[in-house]
Amino acid sequence: MKKIALLVVAVMLFSLLPACGKSYPNGEVNVYNWGENIDTGIFDDFEKKTGIKVNYKTYQSNEQLYSVLKQGGSSYDVIIPSDYMISRLIDEGMLEKINFDNVPNIANIDSRYLNQAFDPQNEYSVPYTWGVTGIIYNSKTITDEITDWTAMYDPSYSGQILQFDNSRDAFASALFILGYDVNTTDKSQIDEAYQLLKQQKGILQGYYMDEMYDKLEGGEAAIGAYYAGDALLMMENNPDLRFVIPESGSNMFIDAMCIPKGAKNKDNAEAFINYMCETEVCLANMDVTCYATPSKLAYEALPDDVKNNPIMFPSDEVLDKCQIYINLPTEINDYYAKLWTDLKS
Amino acid sequence: MRKKFLSIPYVVWMALFVVTPLVLIVIYAFTASDGSFTVDNISGLGTYANVFGRSLWLAFIATVISLIIGYPFAYILSKESAAMQRITMMLIMLPMWINFILRTYSWMSILENTGLINQLLGKLGILAALGVDYIPLINTDGAVVLGMVYNYLPFMIMPIYSVIIKLDRSVIEAAQDLGANSFNVFFRVIFPLSLPGVLSGITMVFVPSISTFAISKLLGGGKDLLLGDLIEMQFLGGAYNPHLGSALSLVMMVIVMICMYLMNRFGEGEEQAVLL
Amino acid sequence: MKKQNRVFTRIFEALIFLFLYAPIFILIIFSFNENRSRTVYEGFTFDWYIKLFQNESILNALWVTLLVSAIAAVVATVAGTFTAVGLYSMRRRTRDAILAVNNIPVINADIITGVSMSLLFVSFFAILNRILGLEIELGFGTLLIAHITFNIPYVILSVLPKLRQLDKNLFEAAQDLGATWIQSFFKVILPEIRPGIVSGLIMAFTLSIDDFVISYFTAGSRVQTLSMEIYAMTKKRISPEINALSTLLFITVLVLLIIINVRQARQEKAAEKKMRALSSDSGSAN
Repeated sequence: MKKIALLVVAVMLFSLLPACGKSYPNGEVNVYNWGENIDTGIFDDFEKKTGIKVNYKTYQSNEQLYSVLKQGGSSYDVIIPSDYMISRLIDEGMLEKINFDNVPNIANIDSRYLNQAFDPQNEYSVPYTWGVTGIIYNSKTITDEITDWTAMYDPSYSGQILQFDNSRDAFASALFILGYDVNTTDKSQIDEAYQLLKQQKGILQGYYMDEMYDKLEGGEAAIGAYYAGDALLMMENNPDLRFVIPESGSNMFIDAMCIPKGAKNKDNAEAFINYMCETEVCLANMDVTCYATPSKLAYEALPDDVKNNPIMFPSDEVLDKCQIYINLPTEINDYYAKLWTDLKS
Repeated sequence: MRKKFLSIPYVVWMALFVVTPLVLIVIYAFTASDGSFTVDNISGLGTYANVFGRSLWLAFIATVISLIIGYPFAYILSKESAAMQRITMMLIMLPMWINFILRTYSWMSILENTGLINQLLGKLGILAALGVDYIPLINTDGAVVLGMVYNYLPFMIMPIYSVIIKLDRSVIEAAQDLGANSFNVFFRVIFPLSLPGVLSGITMVFVPSISTFAISKLLGGGKDLLLGDLIEMQFLGGAYNPHLGSALSLVMMVIVMICMYLMNRFGEGEEQAVLL
Repeated sequence: MKKQNRVFTRIFEALIFLFLYAPIFILIIFSFNENRSRTVYEGFTFDWYIKLFQNESILNALWVTLLVSAIAAVVATVAGTFTAVGLYSMRRRTRDAILAVNNIPVINADIITGVSMSLLFVSFFAILNRILGLEIELGFGTLLIAHITFNIPYVILSVLPKLRQLDKNLFEAAQDLGATWIQSFFKVILPEIRPGIVSGLIMAFTLSIDDFVISYFTAGSRVQTLSMEIYAMTKKRISPEINALSTLLFITVLVLLIIINVRQARQEKAAEKKMRALSSDSGSAN
């Protein structure tokens, strides 16, 4: 009896053994990305083409990515932080320079997304997506027209509001209302924004990132601040949802692929980054994530209705009102971390 | 069988993997990011007094509720037939084998504004009668406490049950023979004798409750953090500062130790921990 | 009066079980739901189960969890048993001191155990990698060490009481009869303390399977346990695949527990029969 039981357990265990049939002659690449930010179906194709296995994990925010990298003990080969975080990682010596001989597809990227302030010489990063932040709301439950960040602080929506669960985006939404620069280093201005957020906390349902999908699509919450691409995805599932880019301004972000310092498979990382710039791959990813691609070839291949989508590709007029985050001095970054902790305590 | 040396490897292991890590926590708690000595991390914890207060309070309530539910349950169970006892214990332990995050996450579906309870109330016309769209259940302190009680109740039932079941029947019978009514038998005899189980039950509910970090995120909306969330945030979350995280850990550890010490004093030297 | 009491206790028990099982049944029901919603049931489907078995990262995490729990439980049981035997023969004061340290991982909050071990591994590896030019990082090894570390104390705590109940003369008698230490340990002591060892093993395995917090801090970037995978899933757009997973877990454990219980009941019945046969034998002899 006992032996049979053991045998059964053993067979069960071995049947669960992950398929060992596939072989990967060229090692692996460890990719660390935002949640809901890639078409995971492309991995098979990449593995077939290059013989490199993709290990994939996700994070929820730039700040969390920073914590994980800083904590150490883990190794990733490709990460996809946003602009300001890239510049912070460069400043703190946490990124490797990319060997662009291995990334010829960089030529596909529209030059307006290259050589940005966060990486002026464009040595460390290859743009992957870009977009804007804004407000998603349910037009069924909120009949007024939402136009600005102030709606996120409107007590009449109490209990229905979802705020970004990361410090930089949350503070930016308050700084826009106050009319301050989102890159301010003036502590008194940041303090004012903090006070506003503290007030807002009373009427919030909670701080969330990708959990918002469920809550907004299912009608659990009526209004939330989030990113354009995700908003489009949610609108596909719930046609009542609307997305607005607030009048008082918004953040434009560029998420770019980078290689963290000490990456063990740097060549594979470059192969992966290069692959991600292929037009087909950009299109596949765009289809799944709804984020705008910086690849000019992929953009040209898009159907007109997508090209003209004002959420995915906002007009220059709208983009002029948007600000890009830049990295703040260490002192201010630490101050942000402290206030963020205080806000939630 | 004098083979003391058999425990030497484990002593070394503990020195490496139990004591050294705690020493590191202390070191981190008293240093700044440049490595210099500082007490700022500890002295700055005053800002988070409300988190400490809240965590202690919610963990306390969860423990009390678990005890109020768990003790009678264990007591009733001990009077059932042997087969019934075995099946019941099995059923109590069974949920523990299913991942606790999954179970907690399921409560979200029940408690949400559009969740099952609110749906039911809506269908019964109760919501309409009250003139509301939903009753806020999730993202409240109550939901967090419920999550704690739900997850840790078996840890209260099991030690109490295992002590009651081992009680000497003759003591109880003697008390009855001496004319004690069932009220007196319970409060003068059974309850005092089952105290060791109660104490370890309290510990096993209180400690994980005060330090939990997934429950408050799932059921509390992440608005008002508990100690566990605050610590996690400083290490792998959105506000990297392992020195503050270590200081928080250190103080939490001290608080837990003090609570345990007081409780053991209360238990009058019942040092034997009843685990299962 | 008695009957009323009985009805009351039954209701009470039923309510407790409703409380404990309602969330689980809801998970199970919605694993067959046609749409993604967790609260609106639309129609029956097996799709999520099919998707689950195509989800490599979940299967991988399940494998890691079983592997680490099995190895950690076995290692901890062996190590804990020998340590308990060693402790048993120590002077009381030394033993109490060691037991006090042994209790730390039991009493300490999981998050502190996890965070502190992660600090240890990370700083130790940083030094090691710098001096020796190695590239060690968090992974299966550190996960395993962490699990073993929090498992051993429970094994010791469940074996030690059994050793205390042991008749000291038994061991000495065996040795007087010419058995070596090893022989007398395996033939005399081990059978006596076996219940303690078995419950220690089961406890260790259960704790490992259920652990989330300590794994979360010590597993690093490459290895994911099931709890970590599920936690990551709740942070994303939630897929009913995890409902399907919990249904399967529930059924597996339920079946296992039923098998164990039926066997136990049978053994007990057999033992009872034997006892009865014995007593009737002795009765007839008189």
